[in-house]
Amino acid sequence: MSNDREAIVVANPWGQLRQHTPARIALGRSGISLPTGPHLEFQLAHARARNAVHLELDANKLMEGLTARGYDALVVHSAAENRPVYLQRPDKGRRLDAASRATLEARAAGVEPADVVFVVGDGLSALAIEENVLPFLDAIKPSLAADGWKTGPIVVVQQARVAVGDEVGEVLKAKMVVVLIGERPGLSSPDSMGIYMTLDPRTGMTDESRNCISNVRPEGMSYAVAVHKLLYLMTEAKKRGMSGVLLKDEAETLASNTLPASQNFLLGAD
Amino acid sequence: MSYSYSSGGHQYRFGSLRELMAKATPARSGDYLASVAAGDDEERVAAQMALSNVPLKQFLVEHVVPYETDEVTRLIIDEHDAKAFSVVSHLTVGGFRDWLLSEAANEKSLAALAPGLTPEMAAAVSKICRVQDLILIAQKCRVVTKFRNTIGLKGRLSTRLQPNHPTDDPTGIAASIFDGLMYGSGDAVIGINPATDSIPAVMTLLEMLHEVIQRYNIPTQSCILSHVTTSIEAINRGAPIDLVFQSIAGTEAANKSFGIDLNVLREGHEAALSLQRGTVGNNCMYFETGQGSALSANAHHGVDQQTLEARAYAVARKFKPLLVNTVVGFIGPEYLYDGKQIIRAGLEDHFCGKLLGVPMGCDICYTNHAEADQNDMDTLLTLLSVAGITFIMGIPGSDDIMLNYQTTSFHDALFARKALGLKPAPEFEEWLMNSGIFDGRDELHLADSLPKPFHRALAHLH
Repeated sequence: MSNDREAIVVANPWGQLRQHTPARIALGRSGISLPTGPHLEFQLAHARARNAVHLELDANKLMEGLTARGYDALVVHSAAENRPVYLQRPDKGRRLDAASRATLEARAAGVEPADVVFVVGDGLSALAIEENVLPFLDAIKPSLAADGWKTGPIVVVQQARVAVGDEVGEVLKAKMVVVLIGERPGLSSPDSMGIYMTLDPRTGMTDESRNCISNVRPEGMSYAVAVHKLLYLMTEAKKRGMSGVLLKDEAETLASNTLPASQNFLLGAD
Repeated sequence: MSYSYSSGGHQYRFGSLRELMAKATPARSGDYLASVAAGDDEERVAAQMALSNVPLKQFLVEHVVPYETDEVTRLIIDEHDAKAFSVVSHLTVGGFRDWLLSEAANEKSLAALAPGLTPEMAAAVSKICRVQDLILIAQKCRVVTKFRNTIGLKGRLSTRLQPNHPTDDPTGIAASIFDGLMYGSGDAVIGINPATDSIPAVMTLLEMLHEVIQRYNIPTQSCILSHVTTSIEAINRGAPIDLVFQSIAGTEAANKSFGIDLNVLREGHEAALSLQRGTVGNNCMYFETGQGSALSANAHHGVDQQTLEARAYAVARKFKPLLVNTVVGFIGPEYLYDGKQIIRAGLEDHFCGKLLGVPMGCDICYTNHAEADQNDMDTLLTLLSVAGITFIMGIPGSDDIMLNYQTTSFHDALFARKALGLKPAPEFEEWLMNSGIFDGRDELHLADSLPKPFHRALAHLH
């Protein structure tokens, strides 16, 4: 039976290209349509991504990891009380709840403002945070120390949107906030972390004030490259007094990251 | 001005055109989020009835976003073509729906009318249309644009080849381009969303797309979907840019949240025009929009998201774009909750865009946190294809591995072409035939063996 099916499905002779991209290329075709195999594999991936959206962040475990590394860290909560509210009310995910705000205000009293505060938010993928936050912090820690950045406490926010970092930064009077947050899970990447840097954070800021580094995870942008880009953005933002679209990321990509474009197979010499 | 409708002893009152429009809008999560939606279905229909009695002329004097403080409103009002409008200026919104469905509305009369319509008029009439009306009326509109090929002709369906890669790896991007071309995708544009908006990275990708298009002599255009200011800077540095991209919205404040205004768009347009890279035409802008973007920037002025979306098309048409794309399900369930809302919104956006004379395509898509799936996308794809959508996305296996959402695949585009007999842009179709990707018997028949030029490309991998 299976032999009959293979004869009907037209395979694509460029399957070897799959080693260069996680994209779903060379799937073949039944007529002009998706063959049964890749069709059902897609359905399974979608079901798994749906599950990832609803996974809850294990804040206790994350705090254990942070304190074991000697970080001063605390857990707070956005104004979105649960996942269904979070998904339908982004405005609530952008603000702290009253108790969290009070906690942070107490922390800020009498403390000298930090150059940068790191905020960790579950966002749409707690999995991304569980897998990427600690290795990323390990990677950036030596450079922060070497460059003399004065860091504040690490604030973990549950049911967080990116902009909640503005309120955290404002309350703590931080000169800069860096938000590490779970991006919306993709079919092939349920664990992708985004990084958003904002200078002089204040509640109510919009996206043009931020610089974004996306898809940080072992199979995506490596921690080393993300650290390099973030440090460049932080340094330039501090030096030039601006963040967001006014501050272009001209950081040279690390040499190991990319080949010259002309060396790809479509453009090789005949 | 206030509006009212009486029904069964109950009088519904609406304090302004803005409130009336919002309450007449078919239900969607973003309008509830903004607290502007009707309280229940009965109030919604009452608002639709009241709206149907509003003269179209009223939209020229009562602005949903203030003229004094919003440059998009000023653009809409100052550039309104009263002569073009005169054909329907005596009608109410309800009368306008009847006119659009009648034989008086045809390809020619609709094209002549477009500069006489404001986005608010188009949005208003869409709110009292059923899905079949949105399809039938849009189908009559013809918006044709040109750069290296001709987009939007009758019986054609174009695709944007979207070869995104999470780290912008050139070989990974080339692999997806190859896959797409072999499935006949890419006549609207080969357009990459870059992982970061850095100028050196964007320059590298631009060079690569330029070389691929030249090497294989493909009658299409390229675009890196970076911020307009990045594109302007890249042009200053000598980059080979075909289309300048920008996300746009329907209010000045929302555009500000994107870091743009009309002046920056004008600069981008002039920079692209100056390169003179088109061969059959010079429509050189690519815009993306989507319901909910103004609200997400807290810049909605109490206006419903569908009306604001239509206003973005007024921004678009000012710059004579090659392509405008409503990324309908991308923004998430807080704006369009499920398949039903996404489907309706996609059809509304296409309808309003075409009425206003914009080359409207649709990114038929959903995210993993929305209540939607592939079946919903098949439904919207089929409906939009019947309605005459200008272009859709094409991506390997529907899975965007960079932006983390699902859109239409190369296979999906072939489904729509086969089910409805739609062809790619004529210049591109000819290239597909000549290069051996489609076999000579039938433009929908993919060749069984690998075409020669591409055989050589794969050989480079060994």
